[in-house]
Parts: sequence; C-alpha cells; structure tokens
Amino acid sequence: MKKNFSKNGKNVITLVLLVGILLFTVGGCAPEPAVEPTPEPEEAPKLAENDVEEAGEPEEAVEPIDDFITLATTTSTYDSGLLDFLNPIFTEETGLEVRVVSQGTGAALETGSRGDADVLLVHDRASELRLVEEGAFVDRYDVMYNDFIIVGPEDDPAGVMDVDSVVDAFNLIADEGFTLVSRGDDSGTHRMEMRLWESAGISPEGQDWYRSIGQGMGNTLNMANELLGYSMTDRGTYVSMKEKLDLLIVLEGDPVLFNQYGVMAINPDEHPHVKYDYALMYVEFLMSDGGQELINSYQVNGETLFFPGYGLE
Amino acid sequence: MSRLLEGFVEAFQLIIALDPALLQIVFLSLRVSILAIIISTLLGVPLGTLLGLKPERKTRFVNKIIFTFMGMPPVVAGLVIYLFLSRQGPLGVLGLLYTPTAMIIAQVFLSFPIVTGLTMVGIRAKGSEVEEIARSLGAGSALAAWTVVRELRIAILGAIITGFSRVVAEVGAVMIVGGNIAGHTRVMTTAIVLETRRGNFELAIGLGIVLLMLSFIVNSVLYNIQRGGE
Repeated sequence: MKKNFSKNGKNVITLVLLVGILLFTVGGCAPEPAVEPTPEPEEAPKLAENDVEEAGEPEEAVEPIDDFITLATTTSTYDSGLLDFLNPIFTEETGLEVRVVSQGTGAALETGSRGDADVLLVHDRASELRLVEEGAFVDRYDVMYNDFIIVGPEDDPAGVMDVDSVVDAFNLIADEGFTLVSRGDDSGTHRMEMRLWESAGISPEGQDWYRSIGQGMGNTLNMANELLGYSMTDRGTYVSMKEKLDLLIVLEGDPVLFNQYGVMAINPDEHPHVKYDYALMYVEFLMSDGGQELINSYQVNGETLFFPGYGLE
Repeated sequence: MSRLLEGFVEAFQLIIALDPALLQIVFLSLRVSILAIIISTLLGVPLGTLLGLKPERKTRFVNKIIFTFMGMPPVVAGLVIYLFLSRQGPLGVLGLLYTPTAMIIAQVFLSFPIVTGLTMVGIRAKGSEVEEIARSLGAGSALAAWTVVRELRIAILGAIITGFSRVVAEVGAVMIVGGNIAGHTRVMTTAIVLETRRGNFELAIGLGIVLLMLSFIVNSVLYNIQRGGE
C-alpha cells in the first residue's frame, strides 16, 4: 500500500512537471502581435550632408515605433561589440528594435539580395557598388572605416616586421612556407586577402602551409594563435581579442589594407515587403553627425576600432 | 587553468543571478526544442506504429528513406528550410525566416525521422505479438494499435528522448534559419558558437554545462515516465 502511494506520488510529480513544461512551452509561443510596418508618408527621411539633425536630440513629434528592422552585417561589427553599443541608442531614439544577423560579408550580401533583411552594414566596397548598380540596394553610404593588419607569432620567423608592403610580406611567408591561417569564408576580409595574394602573384590555395578554414575572424585568430602562424585580420577583431592572443601586429599601414564599411538599404522596388522607411532611418542614424561621433567614440581596450566616414580622402 | 576556472565561475554566476539575457536564451532553447519534439511525437509515433505493425518486406523502401533522413546533417536541414522560408522561396510571403517558428520547423524536420524510425524499430520487435493478443481478446484495429503503443511505451519514450537530444544539441540548422539574433532567436547552442567565435572559450564551456544540466532535467522527467510504465 505504502509502496503504491509513493509510486503514485512520483507519477504526480512527473505529471505536474510535464504539464508545467507544456504550459510554459505553448504559452511562450503565443504569436507576437503582428505589427504592420506603417510607412510614414511624410517627408521621406532625407540623407543630406548639409543639414542632418544631431542624433541624440530626438525630434519632439516622433512617437516611438513599435516594430523592428533586420540588419544583416559582418561578424567584425558584431563581435567587436560596436553594434551592442550603437543599436540600443537607435532603439531609444526611435523605438525600433534592431535584429542583427551577423555573417560573413558574402553571406550578408546574399541575405540582403534575397530580401531577407532590411538594411546592410558590410565591407566589400567593390561588390557593394556593383550590387547598387544592379539595383539590389539603394542609399549606400561610406559609413566608417578601419584597416586590415597582418598578425603573427612573437618571434616573427618570416621577418615580416622588416618590410612595409603586404606584397613583400606575403612573398616572405610563401617562400619559406610559414603557416598562414585564412578565413576562407568569402567574407569581406577573405575577399580582400585574395585580392592581395593576386597582386603578390601567388596562388596560396592548396598549399601545405596555407590553412583556409572557412570560419569567422575570431576563430581564425584563435587558430593562428595555436598554430603559431600568421593571419590577416581587421584591426577591430584583433584589438577586441588581443588580451587572449599571443599574436603581435607584424605589418600595418600599407594603404592597400584600407577597409571601408558601407551601409545601405534593400531596394524596396525589388522587395516590396522590406521596411524601407525604417531602414532609411537606420542609415540616417549612422550617417548623422551624432551617429558618426558615436562610432568614433567607441573604444575597446583604449583603442578606437572604427573611424567615421570615408577613409581615403 | 585559472582562466578556465574563471569561465566556469562566470557562467555559474550568471545562472545563480538569474541573468535575464541568459534566462531568455535558456527558455527559448527549451521552448523551441520541446515544441519541436512534441510535434514530431504527434506525427512520428502514429506513423512509426503503423509502419512497425506492417510486415517488414512491405515497408522496406520507406524504411530506407526514414533511416537515411535520420542521419540528415543539421546544416543541410537548415539550408532546405532556409530556401523555403526565404523571401525568394515558395513560403517567403509568410515572413518566417529568422523567427523561432522557423527554428521549430527545422527541428521538426530533424527529429521527425528519428522518432518515426525508432518507434517503428521498437514496435516491430514486439508489436505484432501484442497486437495479436489484443485482437484475440476482441480488440478492433484502432484499439489494438493503441494497446501496442501503451505496452511498448518504453521503446517509444526512448525514441522521443533520442529525438529531443538531437534537436536540443544541434546548432547548424537553428543558426541558419534563426540567425542567432540576440533576444529573439539566440539559443544555447548558437550562443556557444558566438562566444567561441569571440574567443570567450570559458564562458562557452559554462553555457555548455548549463545546456547539459537542462538536458538532464528534461531526460529525468521522461525517465520517470518510463519507469512509471514498468
């Protein structure tokens, strides 16, 4: 009898737990209120170099908008913490939530071209301009820049520190076959690296010392660190991870290492469902004096990671 | 070594402090995977029972298909669902990409074959025996099938647990269709990938331990049900 009771007790507990889980699961999945993107017919937010109001001074009449936009961006802007810094300020000003999908630049451009995002923040200027030309994106602006650097082990076995140009550096590394870890993921960084190999006249693919890993910048730096190898990275990711790495900057300052970021909206004529007006508000936010100042003020480990505007004059 | 310890401490501090961001991630993980496994169970157990009670030679081809899909790489499942749900895909108008619903669909796609296949295997082992007895006692086919399910619930729960373990641990599919959006589609596994990418290995490990503890709790509940059946 007693045994039966305890068994029943156990069953009751199990049942309660089960019901609890069910309620919680189903309850939590109530559909979110579908908010229609109510495009504001009034003045389309205009992007002007001339008279953009200071971000940080919200206009009085603006009601908080209870909606969201999807931003497809590269891993570097996200992993460096820049967007965690900027987006809450945008949300506070407008009420718009920013949902960030961070991928390689190639994937982000594809996501945007398919209409699966509203706004893009990426860094492959040549591809961006081509896609704007083709009509996939509109309202593209050079929003900020930083630079790529080459990092390597402390003892710098290839002697890259003695040269000033990437072409020389890549030749030194390739000649002796020192390990170099590459993103290999069709990201903006990887595309830049491939262009530089091309100008050095070397085809590294398939070489024994060349590790193309198909992963993000963070993973790539970690692997270079473990393998005591070299790698080309954007400065932002390196600075934000510096404390965890033994890698040093072995080459910087070559003008070809300039890294421009662009912000743009998905063309609403191609994809009528995109929240174009809201996307434009985000573009305007980043391009405003206030937004540009915010970008400039963002620091990790005491270093500025992104500089506002267009970098090459 | 001290860094490893720090990471564990950090992760457990987040748990003990009931960090809202972490809780949100934990709840979403459970919500997505539990709903997915419930749907897979509702679809897969009846289908598996039906197939398991049929003579093996009649279902040979279907068996092979199901067993193959049991080994579907999550990334492939994610890509397939992505292409369907993308704005350019056939279901694009629904606007489901990068939502928890999309993640549930992808996980159903992954767990349904497992639940179906393992249910079928379990039923096939003993099901026809039970069915015969039930029928000899005057049960119709529906009641006989129900009797089979009840008698073999241990095997069926095994199928469900395996399916749940698969989806709660997978990262490839939810990363692609969910997009790992903070506060919206970020689950335990994608958070672990992100922290690994950012070089926060210790925090990633801590999150992994949390995930294992959650699995332990869910499995304990299922195990209790299973024991109740003995």
